[in-house]
Amino acid sequence: MAAEMSPSPSYAADALIAQDIDAYLVKHQHKSLLRFITCGSVDDGKSTLIGRLLYDSKMIFEDQLATLEADSKRVGTQGQEIDFALLVDGLAAEREQGITIDVAYRFFATDRRKFIVADTPGHEQYTRNMVTGASTADLAVILIDARKGMLTQTRRHSYLCHLIGIRNIVLAVNKMDLIGYDRARYEAIVGDYRAFAASIGVTDFTPMPISGFKGDNVTSVSANTPWYCGPSLMAHLETVELDVTADQARPFRMPVQWVNRPNLDFRGFSGLISSGSVKPGDSVRILPSSKTTTVSRIVTLDGDLEEAVAGQSVTLTLADEVDCSRGDVISVADAPPQAADQFEATLVWMADEALLPGRPYWLKLGAQTVTARIQAPKYQVNINTLEHTAAKTLELNAIGVANLSTDKTIVFEPYEANRTLGGFILIDKLTNATVAAGMLHFSLRRAQNVHWQALDVTREHRADLKNQKSAVLWFTGLSGAGKSTIANLVEKRLLRMNRHTFLLDGDNVRHGLNKDLGFTDADRVENVRRVGEVAKLMTDAGLIVITAFISPFRAERDMVRQMMAAGEFVEVHIDTPLSEAEARDVKGLYKKARSGQLKNFTGIDSPYEAPVSPELRIDTTKLTPEQAADLIVEYLIP
Amino acid sequence: MTRTLTHLQRLEAESIHIMREVAAEAEKPVMLYSVGKDSAVMLHLARRAFHPSPPPFPLLHVDTTWKFRAMYEMRDRMAAESGMDLLVYQNPEARARGINPFDHGALHTDMWKTEGLKQALDKYGFDVAFGGARRDEEKSRAKERVFSFRSANHRWDPKNQRPELWSLYNARKARGESIRVFPISNWTELDIWQYIHLENIPIVPLYFAALRPTVERDGLILMVDDDRFPLKPGETPVERSVRFRTLGCYPLTGAVESQAATLPEVIQEMLLTTTSERQGRAIDHDQSASMEKKKQEGYF
Repeated sequence: MAAEMSPSPSYAADALIAQDIDAYLVKHQHKSLLRFITCGSVDDGKSTLIGRLLYDSKMIFEDQLATLEADSKRVGTQGQEIDFALLVDGLAAEREQGITIDVAYRFFATDRRKFIVADTPGHEQYTRNMVTGASTADLAVILIDARKGMLTQTRRHSYLCHLIGIRNIVLAVNKMDLIGYDRARYEAIVGDYRAFAASIGVTDFTPMPISGFKGDNVTSVSANTPWYCGPSLMAHLETVELDVTADQARPFRMPVQWVNRPNLDFRGFSGLISSGSVKPGDSVRILPSSKTTTVSRIVTLDGDLEEAVAGQSVTLTLADEVDCSRGDVISVADAPPQAADQFEATLVWMADEALLPGRPYWLKLGAQTVTARIQAPKYQVNINTLEHTAAKTLELNAIGVANLSTDKTIVFEPYEANRTLGGFILIDKLTNATVAAGMLHFSLRRAQNVHWQALDVTREHRADLKNQKSAVLWFTGLSGAGKSTIANLVEKRLLRMNRHTFLLDGDNVRHGLNKDLGFTDADRVENVRRVGEVAKLMTDAGLIVITAFISPFRAERDMVRQMMAAGEFVEVHIDTPLSEAEARDVKGLYKKARSGQLKNFTGIDSPYEAPVSPELRIDTTKLTPEQAADLIVEYLIP
Repeated sequence: MTRTLTHLQRLEAESIHIMREVAAEAEKPVMLYSVGKDSAVMLHLARRAFHPSPPPFPLLHVDTTWKFRAMYEMRDRMAAESGMDLLVYQNPEARARGINPFDHGALHTDMWKTEGLKQALDKYGFDVAFGGARRDEEKSRAKERVFSFRSANHRWDPKNQRPELWSLYNARKARGESIRVFPISNWTELDIWQYIHLENIPIVPLYFAALRPTVERDGLILMVDDDRFPLKPGETPVERSVRFRTLGCYPLTGAVESQAATLPEVIQEMLLTTTSERQGRAIDHDQSASMEKKKQEGYF
């Protein structure tokens, strides 16, 4: 049976291998590398197509073929024939175990190219998986079942491929054998797709009629489709232009990954060239400092290079002693990338925990890692209808557009011009998980127009006049822990010591400055951010600020700590066990929360993240409020 | 004029990029060195990545005391040539109990390799360890990340791995957690051989055919590498022209009969052969999905 459907034997090696291995090796040293992604579900014949490509390019060994034949008979879906899908569906068992599968990578090669295929199984995590697989792809094969035509998922796949910037799209109309190689049907599908593609901005794509199962137009042009004049899928994959080659035509850029300093006489800058080419003697500019110099050498283990191009990892030495370190970008001098700290970006959310606007995340772009805060999204994209809808946050697999700001200037280019300098990931500061992928569109002009006003009277002048040092006593703890009570006592003691203070109380601030905020996680983040900013202004004014907020999340407390001068932020954990606070229930809130009348109540249905190493921890089960206040004042003014 | 980079140049650039990211972001990285051909390529790439500096991390050999003698010679030679520190770790408990592949079966791999690796990483406090695994080796590795996270007790949690986009690797972790990094993930067996050929990378002579004393057991041709090999009654070593497609503990590694004495001949034989690479390794035959299970327990 297998023989009938497989034109080539399972493993017939190139005759040259046996005749002249040296000639074969020379020939195969000059292959290029194409990475591509296949989009479609098992129903579209995706696994069958990948299996067929592996089989036809002789990547299946005899032992694997024997296993495959046995498995095909046992569990295959093709009767007694070989089920190619089994070659790549090694993931079924894992799916049953609930293991997250994002992308599986497969390898095969022909005489001309080596291929890496990103295969993204599963329906649920589709957006996250596909974006991950597509991020490294030069080309996408979008599969359509010829019997079904364009489906919602065809739109979804195409949109995601376009979003991630894949320029080469192949529309593979599959299962042509099942519609009798009907040309009219094929052309109708291609026509439908063309209209849709234009609507999302895809101007060019390559359609082809194939059968992964029978092999039509996969590795060779099929006699069953005499009306089709294009190449086979394999021939197209072997000749399409590579992104890495196209990138050579762009201006030179190399993010510096590592400074190579074996001794005092050598200082090299190592990185992967993201675009353009470089030669010794070229004028270059270091970003963001904007200093210029020239390239002296391109250093490698087997001697210096005369030229290096996009896609190569190199080490450069420079003619002058300019400052240059990890995260900087070396660029051609006369066409440098920009540097900014506020952007508009598209985000693809990849974590179970939704985006918290305002929360600081790590942003990694090239070799730069900075703190970034994302504003509430401008809109979210429905990937099935492509409509824009309003959104306050982004959940797992959501795609949205938002403004973001970074705490330091970063060197960037719009994603569509440079994937390396425009693509970034967001990392949760607590869990260290990668929570989102993003693509920068442009910088916001605001960053360049709002400058800090330098003031003649400094914060030190103001504090000195009050004969004190500015500080923030940041109380955190559960509702009913005793924060306000102890804070009040502390302020009274400080007042008696002629200190200038101000108490910011959670309940009071929510009557005014923050009366527009509720108790969702996002609003809690914003609440703390605003209080932090106010506290900062007050420390600038020379005051000792006392704040009494639940402030349940470590990330925001750390954010405020970062805003203050070193040593100025004193975190005071008013540590009262939940059972104790609930038993006291001074305001009757726990009762309400337990009965479901009050939502998002800290400790009940919203988490409290206790400080790991606060400056002070007050155990209210052992200390009276007065003793606690004494302890805190003594810490501040020893 | 644009230039087309070859697939080996692209793979090389990617591997170097990964190693430099680790050097820049890890606190205390180490390179696991098993002396096989994949380790040889990985070490060569590391020297390329950091030249003219020596690679800024040591080599770690988790030894079982049962490797081929030729592997120990190659290990010491390469460490000296690369200018890197070589750390050799042998699980003291396995040593005390005399764990060996003849009497202890799966326990041998578990104690010397899996436990040995964990103990070595804990002893030296390494937070990132490079390994030479490739995605094409086995079905379950096709989806493995380049940066693979391990909990504080070295377990691989398949549900908690991070998506890897573009060439951006998230190397952040909590104290006590560690990362296994696989810089040659995207290389295939043929890529490895071609690169060794092109770059003239030294490999253990066992990869080339020669007359060696062997016995045949359970369908595997085993080499009698030293006098610790217990011969069964009536068993006498036979000189056969053999070579090895993978290298491990000599009593567990099957040889293939071959006349291929040069690298091109080895590649030729590999290309003309009709069975996949891991056939000669007893470890994968233990049980189905055994590699997955070993990985969860901390084996590479």
